[in-house]
Amino acid sequence: MTLTAAAASATDVLAPDAGAPARLRFEHVRKEFTVRGDRRRAPSTLVAVDDLSLDVAAGELVTVVGPSGCGKSTLLDLVAGLSTPTSGRILVDGREVTGPGLDRGIVFQQYALLPWRSAQRNVELGLEARGLPAPERRRVAREKLELVGLAGFEDRYPHELSGGMKQRVAIARALAFDPEVLLMDEPFAALDAQTREQLQDELLRIWRATGKTIVFITHGIEEAVYLGQRVVVLSGRPGRVRTVIDVDLPRGDELAGTDLRTDPRFVAHRHTVWEALHAPAGTPERTGGAA
Amino acid sequence: MTTTISRDAGPTAGPRTDPATDAIGVDAPAFADPPTLGRRNVLAVRGGSGRARRTGLVVLRSSLAFVAFFALWELAPRLGWVDPVFLPPLSTVLATFGGLVADGTLAEQVGTSLVRAVSGFAIAVSFAIPAGVLIGWNDRAAQYLSPFLEVLRNTAALALLPVFILVLGIGETSKIAIVVYACSFPILLSTITGVRTVDPLLVRSARSLGLGRVALFTKVVLPAAVPTVFTGVRMAATASILVLIAAEMVGAKAGLGFYITYTQFNFQIPEMYAGILTIALVGVAVNTLLVTVERRLSRWRTA
Ligand SMILES: Nc1ncnc2c1ncn2[C@@H]1O[C@H](COP(=O)(O)OP(=O)(O)O)[C@@H](O)[C@H]1O
Ligand SMILES: [Mg+2]
Repeated sequence: MTLTAAAASATDVLAPDAGAPARLRFEHVRKEFTVRGDRRRAPSTLVAVDDLSLDVAAGELVTVVGPSGCGKSTLLDLVAGLSTPTSGRILVDGREVTGPGLDRGIVFQQYALLPWRSAQRNVELGLEARGLPAPERRRVAREKLELVGLAGFEDRYPHELSGGMKQRVAIARALAFDPEVLLMDEPFAALDAQTREQLQDELLRIWRATGKTIVFITHGIEEAVYLGQRVVVLSGRPGRVRTVIDVDLPRGDELAGTDLRTDPRFVAHRHTVWEALHAPAGTPERTGGAA
Repeated sequence: MTTTISRDAGPTAGPRTDPATDAIGVDAPAFADPPTLGRRNVLAVRGGSGRARRTGLVVLRSSLAFVAFFALWELAPRLGWVDPVFLPPLSTVLATFGGLVADGTLAEQVGTSLVRAVSGFAIAVSFAIPAGVLIGWNDRAAQYLSPFLEVLRNTAALALLPVFILVLGIGETSKIAIVVYACSFPILLSTITGVRTVDPLLVRSARSLGLGRVALFTKVVLPAAVPTVFTGVRMAATASILVLIAAEMVGAKAGLGFYITYTQFNFQIPEMYAGILTIALVGVAVNTLLVTVERRLSRWRTA
């Protein structure tokens, strides 16, 4: 497929030699749901994701955009191992995903923190289940909270934290096992604009500091372009890859205090993604047939 | 489906919407929540100046109805609006109450009733919570058993009293048994609900963190269910006292319910009112105790 070619060209700096397996690989993934019918209608099948193929290289930050309901969360559940594809496979470092695993950390939009546990104890949750001794758990949790800029907030309960802080705790928790892949499902969608921009920069900092492979799902075009090295544009339901756009923008030190969002190159990329999202159904990229 | 957010937003909303509330609510108007909730609302709405003044206002407001009620109780018999033989003035009743407290009569009756209520309640808690957890955790079991349990819960415990007496006799066993029966269903059903309505997002995120079935259960499902379970526990405690008093009125040789019917038969009207007053006090005390424990257990829910 053309996608694989795009993936290879986009990541020639980061990706290892062409023969090595991608860190994360989607192979013709399809996910159907059986929608329960009411008294009059028989159960029907809803195709949430259809024939989706994509490679993500190690250390890459890929953003996925698509209209609401196009199967983004479904895709993330599949990578997380919380559900299984109807057909096709998902591979992490060449191994097929068969269930949840500690090589993948997940951040949900609604934080999903346990309200009766402090920030520290929330981060420790997975480590406890793993049977890590208490002092070790505490050390790791503190370290991760510090990484996300929450040193000093270890003993706060979720209801004592702002939305942005809760999401930082959730990120720290997902990083507790040092997973190779970090999956994020519209993590900043519930935050106000200012907090969101702050956390976007924070995420870029964490990404550079840790070198994780990140798949970041969003429905915001600007967010997708700002964060992603590549932007994967999904079509409306069923979700398929419509196109993949390489984002080539000055980063880090190059940027030096200027507002990237007003940079002409940023604006141009944003427009490209916008056009891809709004292209009428049946554009060349979209393989017809099944529907 | 409850999300964490809505959970934070409505700490007092959960118990109110519990399906198990209605049946017991009908049985138990005397010890139900409203006074406590009312006070909490006043505190929440009032903003601003002096804390002492605010507390004073709250006390004044909540005691106004009591003052009016007690004044009416005192005056109506004295002014001849009602027959003082059937409704003695409050002062007479209080004097009798004082005497009965002093000579230990009330303590004895309260003691007898509390032992029965607490035994039945404890037995119900110790088996209904584990049973509810097992049923709630098992989809199949919940599907098969829920309708049946719902029917049992809606069979008023007192209607079964003759059956209990027939089978278990008139002694302590039948009274404790009926308390066990009345307490079991609120606890059982709210535990099932609590276990089954845990936010699926919490479960998904815990699974993604590598928690297995057992860890998921002990670290996520159980703690999340505690507030719902406790709503049932509190309803059960209220039900235990009500059902017991009624059972004691029908057939017993001691206890508060027995004391009230006994004094009525013997035309010791002030004593009868003293007994009724005692029941009210016991009810309020039990409810206050449980509300305190509940706050302790779900402190994380309040901002
Ligand atoms: N468990 C499920 N059962 C049935 N339909 C589902 C289920 N999960 C998601 N869907 C449907 O699949 C489609 C994609 O959902 P989702 O992945 O949540 O979209 P997105 O995250 O892109 O908004 C939606 O139409 C949704 O209704
Ligand atoms: Mg979604």
